[in-house]
Amino acid sequence: MLRRRAELLRKIRRFFAEREVLEVETPLLSHGTVTDPHLSVFSVGGGSGGSSRLFLQTSPEFAMKRLLAAGSGSIYQICKAFRRDESGRFHNPEFTLLEWYRVGFGLDELIEETDALLQILSENIRPLAASEHLSYRESFLRHAGIDPLDAGFADFAGCAASHGLQEAEAICGTDRSIWLDLLFSHLVQPHLGRGRFTFVRDFPAILPSLARFKPDDERLVERVEVFLDGLELGNGFFELSDPLEQEYRFDRDIAARIDAGLPVPEKDRRLLDALKAGLPDCAGIALGIDRLLLGLHRLDAIADTLAFPLAKA
Amino acid sequence: MAIVSTSEFKNGLKVMLDGDPCTMLESEFVKPGKGQAFNRVKLRNLKTGRVVERTFKSGETLETADVVDVEMQYLYNDGELWHFMVPESFEQYAADQNAVADAKKWLKEQDICILTLFNNVPLAVQPPNFVELTITETDPGVRGDTSGGGGKPATLETGAVVRVPLFVQTGEVIKVDTRTGEYVSRVK
Repeated sequence: MLRRRAELLRKIRRFFAEREVLEVETPLLSHGTVTDPHLSVFSVGGGSGGSSRLFLQTSPEFAMKRLLAAGSGSIYQICKAFRRDESGRFHNPEFTLLEWYRVGFGLDELIEETDALLQILSENIRPLAASEHLSYRESFLRHAGIDPLDAGFADFAGCAASHGLQEAEAICGTDRSIWLDLLFSHLVQPHLGRGRFTFVRDFPAILPSLARFKPDDERLVERVEVFLDGLELGNGFFELSDPLEQEYRFDRDIAARIDAGLPVPEKDRRLLDALKAGLPDCAGIALGIDRLLLGLHRLDAIADTLAFPLAKA
Repeated sequence: MAIVSTSEFKNGLKVMLDGDPCTMLESEFVKPGKGQAFNRVKLRNLKTGRVVERTFKSGETLETADVVDVEMQYLYNDGELWHFMVPESFEQYAADQNAVADAKKWLKEQDICILTLFNNVPLAVQPPNFVELTITETDPGVRGDTSGGGGKPATLETGAVVRVPLFVQTGEVIKVDTRTGEYVSRVK
């Protein structure tokens, strides 16, 4: 497994070298952190720099966007990310991400490049059918038999009950985004990426993201996720560059955190300043390297891809 | 009773669900990268034996069930209840028909069984994996036929019926695997 991982990383670096995308490193430990209501962050006590509290990154997104705003051009990074309370067959609280940003790309070009990379990485390891491309709405209609944009709460509840998820109504109530998360993860996702990569794009704007609105339909954002064997491998956006909209989404996340009684982080001012200075039009995506190894080699659990999973770390 | 949150869910955990004690068979953490986390859990209802799947939002809690497994010696059946005793403490428990269920056909006095107690009341009885029982009735086998093929039914002292090889006779003691209900060997 150590060799398989090394080979995968070698192929990724060759791919980006050929495309003249610059490899960068940004700090894992930072003063700022995400506001995302569904992410729990590791914080570490007072450093020597006078700051009382530092955070381990949940992804290198903010730091990389600051480089983009500073004029780095297209960049990629292979790094560790940390998410508290995420532990299970497909989760390890510390995991490896490949994240890259392409200046001048839209979502279409990003999907095309991601698919090209994934095809190269699966070559001679696992034969896969041609990738599948669906919109979020199509994936819901096909596998759950419901329209995620138009359905009301009664429709969601009926759909859940008809699939044996009677408890869903008590869990989700009138929270539209939890309904979508529950139905997507339980009913739609298991069907995605069966023997091929499936790209799902154009997610509802009510789900938290840093993606731009679709120009012709403000209910949707320009976001893509990629799946293999029902497992989410990555998430990408045509990146939001409007500092006002960005700050609004931070505020919306913070309000959600207050409602849920969760810790409330500071907004990352350095990111907002970078956006104000001007983020070039770009698209970016993050892929989970451990899960990719798991899928390509048909392993049972993420622990099988790691030298030392958390329990043994 | 204690309260457990989804992050403490694990196989073998005994919890209360809809008023019944259940044991957790599987718990899978499900989380969209940018979304709400759930735990998809498979549980066996310890009263009915039925397996149910249930989803919880991460952070939800369940009450633990006071369920313990205790080794006890089977004493006797009074026609209605089956009586067991903890050998160390001489404490006695009576199990009803629902708790004993299929185990009753393997119960022989003095044998050590595992009783599952819920709030200190027997909920289930697990017989020993192997029991040695006397055959009370079986057709006489054809002399000289020692091949394993075929076999014949034999009634045991507890009332259980198992298939035995043709050479095994009434009055002999045999060893049976209670998990499969199959003959293992003769006991000298």
